[in-house]
Amino acid sequence: MLESTRSLPDRVGSVAAIGGAAVRRPRKRRPDATPWLLLLPVGISLGAVSVFPILNGVWLSLRNTSLVTQEDDFVGLLNYRLLMGDALFWNAWRHTIIFTVVSTALETLIGLGMALLLYEYFVGRSIVRAAMLVPWAMPTVVTSKMFGWLFDGQHGVVNWMLRSIGLIRDNINWYGSVDHALGTIIVADVWKTAPFMALLLLAGLQTIPNSLIEALRIDGGTAWQAFWYVRLPMLASTLLIAGMFRALDAFRVFDLVYVLTGGGPADSTETLSTLSYKTLFSTLQFGYGSTLSTAMFITEALMAAGFVVFIARQVRLAR
Amino acid sequence: MIARRSTARSALIGAGAWAILLWSAAPFIWQMSTSFQEDKALMASTPSFWPSPLTFEHYYNVFAVKHFQLYVVNSIIVAGLTTLFCLAVGALAAFSLSRLRIRQRFGILNMILSVSMFPQIALVGPLYLLAADLGLLDTYASLVITYVALGVPLVTWVLFGYFEALPRELDEAARMDGIGPIGLLIRIIIPLSGPALVTTGLLAFIAAWNEFMFALAFTSTAEHQTIPVGIANFTNLYYVPWGDVAAASVVVTVPLIVLVLFFQRHIIEGLTQGAVKE
Repeated sequence: MLESTRSLPDRVGSVAAIGGAAVRRPRKRRPDATPWLLLLPVGISLGAVSVFPILNGVWLSLRNTSLVTQEDDFVGLLNYRLLMGDALFWNAWRHTIIFTVVSTALETLIGLGMALLLYEYFVGRSIVRAAMLVPWAMPTVVTSKMFGWLFDGQHGVVNWMLRSIGLIRDNINWYGSVDHALGTIIVADVWKTAPFMALLLLAGLQTIPNSLIEALRIDGGTAWQAFWYVRLPMLASTLLIAGMFRALDAFRVFDLVYVLTGGGPADSTETLSTLSYKTLFSTLQFGYGSTLSTAMFITEALMAAGFVVFIARQVRLAR
Repeated sequence: MIARRSTARSALIGAGAWAILLWSAAPFIWQMSTSFQEDKALMASTPSFWPSPLTFEHYYNVFAVKHFQLYVVNSIIVAGLTTLFCLAVGALAAFSLSRLRIRQRFGILNMILSVSMFPQIALVGPLYLLAADLGLLDTYASLVITYVALGVPLVTWVLFGYFEALPRELDEAARMDGIGPIGLLIRIIIPLSGPALVTTGLLAFIAAWNEFMFALAFTSTAEHQTIPVGIANFTNLYYVPWGDVAAASVVVTVPLIVLVLFFQRHIIEGLTQGAVKE
């Protein structure tokens, strides 16, 4: 069967070859493997480093694999049942949600403010726009250390400034105290990401036709009306998409927390990523650690699906 | 237009511009100032913003005592190789999706992009076990292989957008000249894609240069650890040498800032392509 279908084009090809170049056409109809060959490297790379580990993680999450006790047995959903009753997990879950919601909201709002400002013409605008790439380009580990020094409890310049203008009387132990540590981490993240958000939103603003704003102005509209009735509605889809990517990214925050506080003091900044990492690499419980990280993966997938449905509905309503 | 603008409004815009500039640059400028100050000045009750007396002792500590140059070399090797592989793999994929007859090309592109959304914490455990089995722990290879997969979706996406914008007449002309698909890619498309290759290469390089979690998990000695791991480990048990940390931060961030400022237009275009075009 296979033999006969394969030989047909070949035979046609050879007949065509005898017949001359003009009748070579049928050879082109043969399914070409080249496109798939060129996609092979990316397939292998993503398959080995992304798809396989995710599936393997799901598998590990159903086992009690530990590099310490050398156990490695299938335990079914036991780990997930343990997870539901794990106070450390819910603690980290709460911090992660707070961090995600607060930092995404602040970054979107501040980013929008910055973008609206950058849209206006002023001398030195390109310098400001270039400077805004600095927080984004800086390694997150360096950002953590930098904020560690800025917010240092004893010699930090932030304490000094707040004391100088009379906002605080005594130094605050920012990331060393249970009350302020998560807030300090959020400040560091907002510093790093808001300018980048602004550049994304600025690109969105620049696609809005100027004629709309002009028309409104000729009719005597104010700048506020231009923002509220033209720019904001037209920017909505960019805002939603940028906010969605930011939220998914904030949900997996790791570097900032791990380097600045390590999850402390007293677990007050532990997030899902840092808890998973410690479970995997400090206690070497690869089974339970994988349960944590798989739970995160599932949460993120649900978040993403929710966002997609929400955005799709918004876009449809807008039309 | 500008003449009509009221003075109050321009003053407000000016103030806002300064605020953004301060926001973006001031923390790092303070870090630079810190790196040149003596420990005594750093511990003083009133910080001094201009280093006096100026000292290079923190830079001496970073290189001569802590051998920071080892981490720098490791980072250059890892990020450099990652960039090369990302561009090669990404260009092949983007070319195939943009220029060759392939079914479901947008489906494949979306699949590549959604794979890049997997949380990295969910990959690191299984990859660690895999690397251990293959004897790849504490090697450049483990990092490069991982970073290529993390970087290649964005590279493919940006290059795809760029290739799509190149005129189709090029393909026709190449076919008339008897040039096959590979020839078309190497001799025509690639030479025309300089700006896109620079942008995507830079994005891949920065991502690899800054990555922390996998480097922390996979490498254990200064022979293969990259800069972020080196800086994270700077903390001593009893105190943090803030001056040394600042000096190391300046050393790793200044080259990035120079690159970014030099290529800023390309970078902003590359990064916003996804957000604006949808």
